[in-house]
Amino acid sequence: MTTISSPSARRGRRARQSGGDAVFAGVSLAAGIAILVVLAGVAVFLIVQSVPAFSAAKSDIPGAGSLLGYLAPLAFGTVLSAVLALLFAVPLAVAIALFITHYAPRRLAQALGYLVDLLAAVPSVVFGLWGIFWLAPKLVPLYLWLNDNLGFLPIFGSPSVTGRTILTASLVLAVMILPIVTAICREVFLQAPKLQEEAALALGATRWEMIRMAVLPFGRAGIVSGAMLGLGRALGETLAVALVLSVDPTLITANLIGTTNPSTIAANIALQFPESFGVSVNILILSGLLLFVITFVVNLAARTIVAKSAVKV
Amino acid sequence: MFRHVNRKTLGRIVLPATLALSLGLTACGGAANEASSGGGSSSGGSSALSGSINGAGSSAQSAAMTAWIAGFQQANSGAQVNYDAVGSGAGVEQFTNKGVAFAGSDKYLTSDQLTAANAACAGGAALDIPTYVSPIAVAYNLKGVDDLQLSPTTLAGIFAGTITSWDDAAIKADNPKADLPSTKITPVHRSDKSGTTNNFTDYLNKTAPETWTSAATETWPINGGESAKGTSGVVAVLKGGDGTIGYADESQVSGLQTAKVKVGSSWNGPTADGAAKALTDSKAVSGRPDGDLVFDVNRTTTADGAYPVLLVSYEIFCTKYANADQAKLVKGLLTYIVSSEGQQAAAKAAGSAPLPSEIASKAKESVDKISTDS
Repeated sequence: MTTISSPSARRGRRARQSGGDAVFAGVSLAAGIAILVVLAGVAVFLIVQSVPAFSAAKSDIPGAGSLLGYLAPLAFGTVLSAVLALLFAVPLAVAIALFITHYAPRRLAQALGYLVDLLAAVPSVVFGLWGIFWLAPKLVPLYLWLNDNLGFLPIFGSPSVTGRTILTASLVLAVMILPIVTAICREVFLQAPKLQEEAALALGATRWEMIRMAVLPFGRAGIVSGAMLGLGRALGETLAVALVLSVDPTLITANLIGTTNPSTIAANIALQFPESFGVSVNILILSGLLLFVITFVVNLAARTIVAKSAVKV
Repeated sequence: MFRHVNRKTLGRIVLPATLALSLGLTACGGAANEASSGGGSSSGGSSALSGSINGAGSSAQSAAMTAWIAGFQQANSGAQVNYDAVGSGAGVEQFTNKGVAFAGSDKYLTSDQLTAANAACAGGAALDIPTYVSPIAVAYNLKGVDDLQLSPTTLAGIFAGTITSWDDAAIKADNPKADLPSTKITPVHRSDKSGTTNNFTDYLNKTAPETWTSAATETWPINGGESAKGTSGVVAVLKGGDGTIGYADESQVSGLQTAKVKVGSSWNGPTADGAAKALTDSKAVSGRPDGDLVFDVNRTTTADGAYPVLLVSYEIFCTKYANADQAKLVKGLLTYIVSSEGQQAAAKAAGSAPLPSEIASKAKESVDKISTDS
């Protein structure tokens, strides 16, 4: 009797205790499911709406006349601008994060941290306007110089006179993703084990050697995941790119400073959608599906890299 | 992904709405002394209308539409008109799906689109009428050159990329007196799909078919040249660089030089009057349904003073609506739009060309086909 009654009594006690737990578990379960439902809903919408694009007449597909010929330059431009942005932003973000966590006096570090976070609150249209009216004209002399001195490289071909190039767009994107990459790196570097840092210093390491031995290896996973979040934002950025870039959506070129540049998927949708109807909309949605897949693959790759480097630490 | 589009759309709704509201308010202030001449005749003498209708479409029309809505609502204080400048394509789509009572479009509907749209018309027919005519300026930014003249072939050569510097022999031939620098030409076109591009490429194709071989299209058909988003984007790029040349709605290019184009043997600049003359010299498209009034603009007109680089934007509506109140409102609004008062209001607000009276009265006949019987 006792052996039977005591577990049931315990179960009863547990149930009484977990009134709030049950509600909370239910709410978080619902939230988790909601994410899946929304994601599945978006995917289903994109797939269903893009199916008619495959039977589009050649005359309905702008430019190249084939879906692959239309989508390839867009995918190229999307990935190129995002990767360039990442190349500019990640080293800078790591340096800023290291300065904030390990070099700056505490007061300055705090202020700097706030400033970087503030950058994240600037709307993308403001970055776009800044890019087109301020940054682009300022970069023209640099592009002329690059073409004069390094013109033998295909990436510095015939220069634009307005500066509205894919390199400018990437720089704007780099500024936009800087806060998120910096914030994540900063949090990770702050959690580097103090004991190891002090041990390294005690063994006679300079501060830079200590960072190389103790902080960076520990933070590698964090840097990668921060970079991947930034890449996700750069891939999907719409308005800033649409404003800054002088595009030719059918173009694949290595020239980063030319007058015509490959467009990006998100910017192209924003530019073409308002005046499109019928199957043109379906083609745009198909390009949206491609962006969805690219982003998905990037996130998957990031997860894999993070998981692998986490094992090493 | 669509977040920005939505935000933009929202801006487009809110801004015109606020403008309309403020215009309406200021108009109310002055209404006491003008009330008798104000709305009575324009709304066809009918008693004031009330209720609300929605329209959507062309963003080229949005400034004019704001003025029209303000004028219409001033005469009919109980009426509410909402116009969402989502773009011609999206507007036609919404109209065909019965989402809106009328649509604005920079391109008239094809026969197939008309048939599809008829389904939204409760047994009636969908019709197009021209309501908004606007000259497209060829604007440029070149230091020291004030009165540029460009023949169609030269203009096509510049935009096709075959003429690359300002002191090219072809430009010199058009401007014997001008002192042309050797600056590189940077042609600027729209990066977004646009009715303006459609009309401009139509002009190039019709007037210089050997140099400009692509047919009229809403997306820029060839490689090369600088591109920018929207009219404001093009104007910003033109102002930002020396040696740039582009095309934009004439009302938006203040601060830039505009080129004269060759019409017959004379050189004509972009004026509302010239655009109206070019439209008068154009033939209505034949084989359209009764009451449907659309034009293929005569780009090669030689009429005196005509300016053939222009955009004609249409209103698309039904001759029958399921709801008689909707029909009355659409009829009232369109009657005001094609009236001389409505056209003058648009000319003042958007720099458009008032419809030539002959075309306006034909458009009015089409509007009168709207049945308001319940």
